[in-house]
Amino acid sequence: MYKFIEHTADLKFQASGATLEEAFAEAARAMYSFITDIKKVKPVIEKKFSVESENNEALLFDFLSEFLVMIDTKGFLLNDVTSIKIQRTDKGFKLDTTIVGDSMDSNKYSTGGDIKAITYNDMFIKQEGTQWIVQVLCDI
Amino acid sequence: MMNGEELKAKLKKIGPCIYELPKEGPMKVPARFILSEKLLEQIEPNCLQQAKNVTTLPGIQKWGITCPDAHEGYGFPIGGVAAMDAETGCISPGGIGYDINCGVRILSTSLTKEQALEKISEIVDAMFKHVPCGLGSKSSIRLTPDQLKEVLETGAQWAVKNNYGNEDDLEHCESNGCLPGADESAVSAKAKERGKSQLNTLGAGNHFLEVQYVDKIFDAKTAKAFGIEKEGQVTMMIHCGSRGLGHQVCSDFIREMEQTHPELLKQLPDRQLIFAKLNTPLADRYFKAMSAAANFAWCNRHMIAHHVRVAFKEIFGDVALKTIYDVAHNIAKFEEHNIDGKMKKVMMHRKGATRAFPPGHPEIPKAHREVGQPVLIPGTMGTCSYLLVGTEKGMELTFGSTAHGAGRAMSRHAALKQYRGEAVKKTLATQGIVVKSASWKGIAEEAPGAYKDVDEVVKTSHDSGIATLVVRLRPLGVIKG
Repeated sequence: MYKFIEHTADLKFQASGATLEEAFAEAARAMYSFITDIKKVKPVIEKKFSVESENNEALLFDFLSEFLVMIDTKGFLLNDVTSIKIQRTDKGFKLDTTIVGDSMDSNKYSTGGDIKAITYNDMFIKQEGTQWIVQVLCDI
Repeated sequence: MMNGEELKAKLKKIGPCIYELPKEGPMKVPARFILSEKLLEQIEPNCLQQAKNVTTLPGIQKWGITCPDAHEGYGFPIGGVAAMDAETGCISPGGIGYDINCGVRILSTSLTKEQALEKISEIVDAMFKHVPCGLGSKSSIRLTPDQLKEVLETGAQWAVKNNYGNEDDLEHCESNGCLPGADESAVSAKAKERGKSQLNTLGAGNHFLEVQYVDKIFDAKTAKAFGIEKEGQVTMMIHCGSRGLGHQVCSDFIREMEQTHPELLKQLPDRQLIFAKLNTPLADRYFKAMSAAANFAWCNRHMIAHHVRVAFKEIFGDVALKTIYDVAHNIAKFEEHNIDGKMKKVMMHRKGATRAFPPGHPEIPKAHREVGQPVLIPGTMGTCSYLLVGTEKGMELTFGSTAHGAGRAMSRHAALKQYRGEAVKKTLATQGIVVKSASWKGIAEEAPGAYKDVDEVVKTSHDSGIATLVVRLRPLGVIKG
């Protein structure tokens, strides 16, 4: 589940899930839902990638930033995060994920807005009861 | 942490449109706000808190400044200006922003409003064809790795060397369109990959191309020096920045700075304010990369201006488009300022703030030096934009800086709930303004009602004396990214 939070200029959202992984996946869906209707994106391309970071906040920053690189360099639109695993390592945390989606094509998908970057402003990752909640502000 | 409402109660009015938050707690200097009473009412509590946070950074001089169009940002507020001692201070990527050298270029034309109106839809369509815009838009120009390196190190000069635009454009550009300290090797492969097919692209969000006409001249002598001869003259405005390349440079260095200085994260009021102390290898490398991204942005606006000229030629035949000025509003630069009676070298941070230097300043193009630096403050697609000029008073009060736009008043989310792109376009058409965008959503998000009153913002700049009114411009045709 995700919800958008009021912010004058930028895009702020909270995403939650039963696990830290699911909350991260939901954050990716929230971010993409700002630029397109992700349910309409066909899952024709599968990609796998990993990020490794020194703490959870940095991991979330690096994970979401990777999508922005894919938008600029490959025109990648997300349909879903199909698998995501976070493990502790010597350096901090490592995330391995598989995502599916399609390439941008104005005849197939309507897109709008742009996300310039992920910020740390007001970012949090916390566990409340049985839920993990993350909050992110993107520069748009 | 004190909440913003309490901070608002602590503001002291110390001059026309000048409010001060006195130094307290960890603040190294007071925070100053250039606001009218109306703009003060609109300012978000969080913007005041962010302005206060900036004053805790190492080496900050005199005052932390917040410009009239200020609103809540991330790290620094948007409209934030801070001068850091060049010896003992710092450089903070969050004080420049992700869109490094986002800025505005304005060109004068020899067309009249009537001539432009006759073919306004055609010129908007032609520009839309020649300048790719919207999310993921790709340029027809693909730079080889060597060409990209040259763009990063020589900025708009690369374009002139390759027969896009001319020397006169460079002469009328802040820093002549090139920061000499740039080093392409400081820019990551990822940033280069993002930027290589984005030269001559507008991007999305609040970036735009706008055909305008001179609606009112306030200061005829200065206007003439800027190339504005009469009311009704058509001008062309371009607003964009360094695209994905600049965004990646900022992200890369925020990550590297926090990894190098994890001890700072515990002390900082906002993690987004991470910095590197000046005169360290990391600060030097960030400055070189930031300068390279700034050069990419200058080259981008220059290439867009070239393609706008191509579009004008297609529709209007031989018409001269002459660059009046091109100014950055997200940048850090070494500058000299009077601090307590002595000239001192500082690392000037401007985030969503326009440089506004006074008459005679050596960094102003020769053609304008006698009257002062042109200051470009765009409004929304339904309201006026303004050309102002820098003043001595601005040097004293705001380190030669002022507003950079109307400033948002409403979140994009709220704007999307309140406006529909089709309806906004129709309403603007009844006002004689033609709008085209890669997406309806983009038009709704950028609806004029989502912004503060730009007239009030420029009036505040004028009344406080930090930059004074020269010309008011009204939109005729707009392309929104």
